[in-house]
Amino acid sequence: MKSMLIILFSAMLTNNFVLSKFMGICPFLGVSKKLDSAAGMGAAVTFVMVCATLCTYPVYTFLLAPFGLEYLKTVAFILIIALFVQLIEMILKKKIPSLYSSLGVYLPLITTNCAVLGVTILNIDNGYTFGESIVDALGAGLGFTLALLIFSGVRSRVERADIPETFKGVPATLIAASIVSVSFMSFSGMVEGIFG
Amino acid sequence: MAENKYLGELTKGIIKENPTLVTLLGMCPTLAVTTMAENGLGMGLATTFVLVCSNAAISLLKNVIPKAVRLPSFIVIIASFVTLIEFLMKGYLPALYDSLGLFLSLITVNCIILGRAEAFASKNKLLPSILDGLGMGIGFTLALFLMGSFREILGTGKWMGIDLHISDPMTIFIMPAGGFFVLGCVIAAVNKLANRKPPQQIGCEGCPCAGSCTGCANESKEAEA
Repeated sequence: MKSMLIILFSAMLTNNFVLSKFMGICPFLGVSKKLDSAAGMGAAVTFVMVCATLCTYPVYTFLLAPFGLEYLKTVAFILIIALFVQLIEMILKKKIPSLYSSLGVYLPLITTNCAVLGVTILNIDNGYTFGESIVDALGAGLGFTLALLIFSGVRSRVERADIPETFKGVPATLIAASIVSVSFMSFSGMVEGIFG
Repeated sequence: MAENKYLGELTKGIIKENPTLVTLLGMCPTLAVTTMAENGLGMGLATTFVLVCSNAAISLLKNVIPKAVRLPSFIVIIASFVTLIEFLMKGYLPALYDSLGLFLSLITVNCIILGRAEAFASKNKLLPSILDGLGMGIGFTLALFLMGSFREILGTGKWMGIDLHISDPMTIFIMPAGGFFVLGCVIAAVNKLANRKPPQQIGCEGCPCAGSCTGCANESKEAEA
């Protein structure tokens, strides 16, 4: 239980996917303009990360590893993710239209989100068990959502600030991201300190 | 005239449409691997290799791949070349392989590659596609090398492993926060030098999935309306 908590919180805070591992920067910069779209994107990514891990872990352990095909994992995982995104989109559209209307637009973007492929490959590389992989994926997704939410708040202030002409737009956004990233650095060591 | 056109395909990616600094694609590797100039160079060259090969393959196969399944097909082609370069690098450059780590596999989902496949290679002949891939790759490599040099010199006081005898290197520059900061400054500097208005946001025109993605399609419809 303790190790699970450590994995969950370190994936969320210390090893935050966006701010310390640089995965999923494109949606981080692209979708963080408004608070509600940031929340939608975060929820969609968390959902796909957990579901994709549910699929990729068994595929790797029972299909690729026994036949010595570990090197095919990039190809296999990206296909699973692409299929999965499509499938989730179809299921949501048919069964839960209200959720589809709020998450739907973000789903196609997730296929090429490197955070999803990254978390599935990292789980294998770190040698996590099935349970640990799911918890890690959940933590990574929550961390992504947290970063997006915090950053959308910061950004709404930056947009209105009076900054030099050359820095307006993307450069200012990146520098704001750097400051948010500094604040996340303060979490290092905290998780192990509390649960360890 | 024809020669000029080909030269244009090659050079547009290096300066005018530099994927990292102008169209703002492929941000993740740009920030993650540029703690050292050498890593930036390695990552850039690996991406260039994949970009040229996948552009060539997709350009040759463009009439065979059905429109409906083109994106999954492109991704599989790209992923195969990524696996190939992973093997090559593991065999010949194990040190670089270790320092790039996961990001080598993540070339698969680099938006530059899928973006060029969708926007260029699937519509053009073999030679222009190869030149386009090469140009974009060189542009990406240069941007990464520049970022890596800045961060390595400021953060560790070294450059390509050579000690420059800087007394107090600022470690923050090789940390994640420094990556965002340097990229922001480099983009601002490029804007200033090119005397161009900075990109206001990462919009749909740069996004490779713009055509297939319902979110962007809706947005552009709204913009037109």
